[in-house]
This record gives sequence, structure tokens and C-alpha cells, in this order.
Amino acid sequence: MATTRTDSSRTAARAVPRTADRPGRRGPRRSSRRGGLHTLVFLLPMLIIFGVFSWFPIGRAILMSFQQTNLVTDPSFVGLENFQTVLADPLLWTAVKNTLYFALLALLFGYPIPLVAALLMSEVRRMKGLFSALAYLPVVVPPVVAVLLWKVFYDPGPEGVFNTLLGHVGLGPYAWLQDADIAMPALVLEATWAAAGGTIIIYLAALTGVDPSLYEAAEIDGAGIWHKIWHITLPQLRGILLITFILQIIGTAQVFLEPFLFTDGGPANSTVTVLLLIYRYAFTNSLGGDYGAATALSLMLAIVLALFSALYFRLTRSWSNS
Amino acid sequence: MSTRQADRGVIAPTDWKRPGVRWSARAAHAALLAALIVIGLGPMLWLAKSAVTPTQDTLRQPLALWPNGLDLANLTEAWTRVEIDKYFFNTVALAAGAWAVQLLVAATAGYALAVLRPRYGKVLSGIVLATLFVPAVVLLVPLYLTVLDPPVLGTSLLNSFWAVWLPAGANAFNVLLMQRFFSNLPREVFEAARVDGAGPYRLFWSIVLPMSRPIIGVVSVFAVIASWKDFLWPMLVLPDPNLQPLSVRLPALQQFVELDVFLAALAISTLIPVALFLVFQRMFLSGAGLGGAIKG
Repeated sequence: MATTRTDSSRTAARAVPRTADRPGRRGPRRSSRRGGLHTLVFLLPMLIIFGVFSWFPIGRAILMSFQQTNLVTDPSFVGLENFQTVLADPLLWTAVKNTLYFALLALLFGYPIPLVAALLMSEVRRMKGLFSALAYLPVVVPPVVAVLLWKVFYDPGPEGVFNTLLGHVGLGPYAWLQDADIAMPALVLEATWAAAGGTIIIYLAALTGVDPSLYEAAEIDGAGIWHKIWHITLPQLRGILLITFILQIIGTAQVFLEPFLFTDGGPANSTVTVLLLIYRYAFTNSLGGDYGAATALSLMLAIVLALFSALYFRLTRSWSNS
Repeated sequence: MSTRQADRGVIAPTDWKRPGVRWSARAAHAALLAALIVIGLGPMLWLAKSAVTPTQDTLRQPLALWPNGLDLANLTEAWTRVEIDKYFFNTVALAAGAWAVQLLVAATAGYALAVLRPRYGKVLSGIVLATLFVPAVVLLVPLYLTVLDPPVLGTSLLNSFWAVWLPAGANAFNVLLMQRFFSNLPREVFEAARVDGAGPYRLFWSIVLPMSRPIIGVVSVFAVIASWKDFLWPMLVLPDPNLQPLSVRLPALQQFVELDVFLAALAISTLIPVALFLVFQRMFLSGAGLGGAIKG
């Protein structure tokens, strides 16, 4: 019964799309549509969860950044004092500098390598799945496990895994995480290893979307492989390259796990990042958490990041529409 | 993403016939495969090897293959004496609850917004989507204080799994995915069901959900993986070691467990996510995670 009805309504809709559609659409739906009680029942889980754990805390964050809150005494408004405290903290500028350094290194390591790998992989004819699975494997390793495993690799002794490997070519041993100059690049290396697979998959998906007729047209004009990559492939990937760039900036600005677990900000504060500083303000303060300063700094970071994510959404929208 | 485009890439079919092109492409691919095996698989193989190697061998000759034999006792010791079993089941419980809450919120909200379409639906989706722009950092402290003193409940959620389960549901990306999928379902089916007398609950349970298995699968797998990866939030709200998941407990264990048993614990923690990946490979590699990358 139900199937025949579906079929007949579909043929009717096809025959006279507008007029046949209208009465059927408006009529029977009325009862449950347009904000009835049933709709509200379905919306209830979302309204409660988002209300309590998303909308309310967002509002509270803005309020708290202008308050002094420490759970012991009642919160009191202090104007811009929290922002002034944070901006006067000499460690803030170290943290900003370190975070920018992390972001820059992450771009240097993590931006060109996945692109080259994806370009090569897209030409693979057999066992393509094996290539992508291998590239993606590090992404599914739990981040904490990855960091702790790499911490073992970074053993500073001459018998550490990386020092043994480099010893074969006459380099090292390096102190890795204990050396203020190498610690940050060492963190970025692990972070790149853990994230590159995701970027490769995004590029691979984008590469299948490149219209082959563009290549064919270029070949008629006698274009070689490098010419085609430079003048067709890369311009076609322009949108997705910009998106991964922005995603990487947003991600690296919030880096926490690597500096927290590898070095806890050391040696000599060389790996203190903005998020680590927020965490310290709120949760490792011996005088009770300075929640005001922590939210003030989060808010400042969020405004910078919101600009980037707004850009991201604009781009993905125009990119998926085209 | 049509199959036609898989026929060729940058290299022209006529070029593939030239031996020079073919051999250099093959050489490049062999080099890439070797690099991927060393970089992608290598650390995992090393972990698997070291999990069953005595500490002294791992320390003295980290790259040698069992110079003094296997030590399978590491795994059982990690599981029982170090109580990895407890943390493992905590992780499973946290993932299961977070999955259930996420699915409940996303499916009901997606259904209401995409199928029932209330008058205020556009505004509501807007407010939900707007939370995507708010980076997780902003929520860290106020969410923590909300969990300490939640409205209505009157009792702190600290050291309760609910502190992890409930906030996991506030995931705008899930709602967006469900809403998009539901609004692409053929509306004639809904109309037919309504004509047959199905109410909004029947329509949801017997028509929309069964038709939405693919998207439910995607949301489920990503929910479980994300929960398994989570570190900072469970660390903050579950200070009691007996309740902590693997990710939170492992860094603490490192300080008082011998290296071989510790590596065995790391290997055990990696098993489930890697198994999920191998089973649902297609889902991971199809680019479905493209949007999921936003939340890092």
C-alpha cells in the first residue's frame, strides 16, 4: 500500500510539479508542523544540552573575563583588570612568540609534504587503498599514545631510538626535548607526523575533482607533466590549499597536548604556548584558580581565531557551491 | 567524484605507455611506499615489538629484534597489575555514553530542524551553527565551572562520567551533518507515511532513522574515536584515578611503571582505534572527516 502511494505521488509530482506539490505539502503536515508541541519534544535534548553546556558557558566566559572569580569569594566586577593582568604578564609574550613559532614550523613541515605525497599517490594505479591507509594510520593513534611513544623515541641518551638512527649517519646524539633550541622543532615533528595523513586524504579527495578534460586540453597544446601540475593541478587546488592553511592556523594556535606532555613548557619556557598559559592560570595556580585571567586570555585568542574560522566558512561555502 | 575521473590523473594515458615515464613513476611510487611504511607503520611496529621485549633490550638496542627473547608477560602485567583493564573499561564507558548522548541530540535535533521544520527553525540552526565559530578554548574554564555547579541539579558533576557524556552532546557539527542528511531524504516518503497515519514519533523511529544508517554510522565512528582521543577535558573533570580513561592515566603511569610494561600499556590503548580504522577504512578515507577536522 505504502509503496504504491509513494509511486503515484511521485508520478503526479513529476507530471505537474508545482500545483500537485502544493496541497499535498501544506495539508497533512499542518498538524505536526510549524512549531507544534511535538517539534519541541524533539528539540528538547538539543536545547538542554546546548543551553547548559554551550550557550550558557559562552555567555559566562564573556562575563567572567570582566570579573574576579576564584570560587571562594563572590565574583566581583573588575572592569578590564583581567585583560591588563594578562597583557602585563611577561610570559604572555613568550607564549605568543612560541605559538607563532610552532605555527610557522608546522607550516614548513606540514604543508608541502602532504601535497607532494597526495600528488604522487593520486597517480598510483594499484593498491591505492594501501597507500592511503598507511598515510592515515598515525591519525588514528590516540594523541596521548603518540606523544608518549615519541617521548621514548626522543630519549636523549646515545641509545635512544632517534639518536641510534642518526648515529648510523654520524650525527648526534641530540638532547631533543632537553635542548631549548631543538625542543620546539621536536614537538612540531611529532605533531606533523600525527596530522599529515588527514591533510593527504583531503588533498586526494580534491584531486579526484579536477576535471580531466583540462589535462586533455593542455596535452593537445603539448604541455608536459610539470607544466600541467603548475598550470592546472595547483590552480585547481587553490581553494582547498587555502582551507587547509586556515585549518592548520586554527589548530596550531590551540596546541596544548604536545607542550603539556612532552616538556610542560620547558626547557627555559621555550615551549610555553598560549593554551598552556591559559591552563596554568586556571588550574595550576597555588593561590586558587585565576579564572578571570584565564577567560580573558581565552577570549582574546578566540577573537583572533574566530576571524580565521569566519574566513574558513566563507571559503568552504563558496568552494562547495562551485 | 565520478568514476570517469578515476581513469586518469596528471599523467596522460599515452605517456603511461612511454617506458621512461612508466619507470620513473614506478620508482617514485616505490620510494613513496617505502617512506609511508617506515613513517606511518614503523612507529606502530616498533611499539608492537617493544611491548613484548624486556626493558633492558629496549633501552640498550632499541632497534634490535628480540636479542634476548620475547617477554609476553608484559602484556598480562600491564593488563592486571597496572590495572590497564580498569582504565580500558573506563575509556569504553566514556566513549559509549558520549556516543549515546551525541546521537540522541544530533538525531532528534536534525529531525526537528530538517523534517518537522518549525517556523523558528532557521534562527535555531543559526544559533547552533554559531557555536562552531567558538573555539573550544573559550569553553574550557566556564564549562569547568558549570560542571562544578550545574544549574537545577544542585550537585557537582565532578568525578562523574556525566561530566564527560553531557558536554559531548553539544556538538554542532553532528547536528549539521544529521540535518543535511535528513533534508536530502525524499519527502514523498514522509508524505506517504503521514497519509498512512504515522505521527511525528512513528515517522522518526520507523522511517527516518532506518533510512539514515549511513550518516548514523559516520557520526558514531567519529564520536567514539573523538572520545577515545580526548585528554584535557576528562583530566579536568575526573581527578579520581579510579575513574580516569587510558588517555589521562597513561602519562601518570609513565612515572612509576617499568618501560616494557608501559609500552605494553601504550600498545593496548592503540588497539581499539586502529581496529575501528581497519574495519571502517572507507569512511575514514573518503574525506568524510573533512569537516570533522574543524574541531581538531
